[in-house]
Amino acid sequence: MEILQQLTNGLALGSIYALIALGYTMVYGVLRFINFAHSDVLMLGAYSAFFLAPVAERLFGPQTIAGALFIIVIAAAICAVIGVLIEFLAYRPLRSRPKLTVLITAIGVSLFIEFTCQHKSVFGADTKSFPKLLASRDVAIGGLHFSSNDLIVLVLTAALLAGMWFLVQRTKMGMAIRAVSFNEKAAALMGVNVNRVISYTFAIGSALAAIAGIFYSMRAPGIDPLMGVQPGLRAFIAAVVGGIGNLPGAALGGLLLGVIETVAGGIPGVSNYRDGIAFAILILVLLFRPAGLLGKSMVEKV
Amino acid sequence: MMHTGAKRSLLVAIFIAIAVSFFSAHFNRYYRDVAIDVAISIVLAVSLNLINGHTGQFSLGHAGFMAVGGYIAAKITLVFGVTAVAWAQPFIFLGALIVGGVVAALAGLMVGVPSLRLRGDYLAIVTLGFGEIIRVIFQTSETFGAATGLVAIPKWTTIGWGFGIAAITVYVVGCLVNSTYGRGFLAVHDDEIAAGAMGINPVRYKVTAFVIGAFFAGVAGGLYAHHKTTLAPTGFDFMKSIDIVVMVILGGMGNTAGVIVAAVLLTAVQEPLRALGPLRMVVFALIIIALMMLRPQGLFSFGKKKGAKA
Repeated sequence: MEILQQLTNGLALGSIYALIALGYTMVYGVLRFINFAHSDVLMLGAYSAFFLAPVAERLFGPQTIAGALFIIVIAAAICAVIGVLIEFLAYRPLRSRPKLTVLITAIGVSLFIEFTCQHKSVFGADTKSFPKLLASRDVAIGGLHFSSNDLIVLVLTAALLAGMWFLVQRTKMGMAIRAVSFNEKAAALMGVNVNRVISYTFAIGSALAAIAGIFYSMRAPGIDPLMGVQPGLRAFIAAVVGGIGNLPGAALGGLLLGVIETVAGGIPGVSNYRDGIAFAILILVLLFRPAGLLGKSMVEKV
Repeated sequence: MMHTGAKRSLLVAIFIAIAVSFFSAHFNRYYRDVAIDVAISIVLAVSLNLINGHTGQFSLGHAGFMAVGGYIAAKITLVFGVTAVAWAQPFIFLGALIVGGVVAALAGLMVGVPSLRLRGDYLAIVTLGFGEIIRVIFQTSETFGAATGLVAIPKWTTIGWGFGIAAITVYVVGCLVNSTYGRGFLAVHDDEIAAGAMGINPVRYKVTAFVIGAFFAGVAGGLYAHHKTTLAPTGFDFMKSIDIVVMVILGGMGNTAGVIVAAVLLTAVQEPLRALGPLRMVVFALIIIALMMLRPQGLFSFGKKKGAKA
């Protein structure tokens, strides 16, 4: 029973990782670099919710479902705009440069956001307690105990993942995204507006990060400007473990990582090394399957 | 013939460093500490430059190697050095630095081996992860003081030790890269596949770069431990690695002279900038972004190479 409980807790955490990992993997798919600033978009999403919560309370009353939805939608929209702006201002001018240049720029953007937000005239470096968006109740199903919030997060995440699958596999824009990640030049020749596809990818990825940030904050003790770093790193690892550029892979990697971490955290003696576990998994997976669990390895052509 | 010149410069540099060291008791304590910081930064930046610049393997875990060397060296000193007679102490210090470096080099080997199969950003994230794992290990290990770290390490790092080792680092990395063997690093950097086709084994070069780079990072960690006299796991986080990376980028990847200038500059302004608090890192971030946009080859690289190659 204990292990089942851990498993479900792990799934709840893992589904949040999966949401963040989707953003990493999509951006990697179209631009082939790690968007280090993704974890900071997550943090900005959480802060957006923090500032939107009083507004929602005034509009819809305290802790209503409509209020929570309002917060999630607006925060996602804010972060979508931020994501598009980051790409437009920092990454687009460097599009034709070596990937390493863009990667270093991404680290620079990430540090810039984190430390600007830490300044006392922005958010301040202290931890703020995250407002309760929904009243949480204990739900018992077959001897397992969940908080109702965890269940809502799980269901919403599953819905979002399904929505993403639909969007990428069944819509015209999704087809364009896949075309650009397969071969940017050929896609452009076929009449795909590459710039628009990339902006769109950033918008979706950032919106997902914002939602994940809100879900993550609902479980975390509080929010601070560096809160995105740890879940961001883990989500990136999840994306790599699943096979970067591969959407089902990112979801699988996220769930796997969440479960392993939670279960390992419950084992005495191992729990101290919890922070290192994700990285150990990453190194092991890369050693044996460098392309990730679901990724296809490609031979580099000269 | 270039090597004899280099060897003479090395000896002169070490001699000057030791000579200056004799008078350092008369220096203003603040400037002396900053000078030692500068020397340690040079060792770190030049050794990272071998990995990131010359060989083109983007590593974000240099602080991890530094931590390994620092902790091991400090532990050795604390166990054997403190009670030893005065004349034996420099030898114990040297031994501790070398053992710290060797253990760090072993860690470098462990990172280098999986890195054979990874490139670019994958490697960056693995090295980042490795640095984190090392930090977590020290943070949980009771032998190394867990979260508190090690304290009361004797303050043995002098200007002579610092700049002497900095000179040796520059010499070793310089000779390595300029030798016939060392052209392989540049070949791997410029085009791994072409290098492989020319009979150069990229894997071996990458691992060599990691091992040597990690060794000197470990030695730098030892110097750092005996300079600050306390070690805490939080001092070796991602930000520390970024500090070193910025020095390499600012100086120009693969440009040893530029990297040294950048290490000196950035370390020297570090203390005055500390007054800015978190804004210091905002300035750092803006420097990185601006450099990548305007001068990706670094501030001090002229002619020859146009931009850093991927």
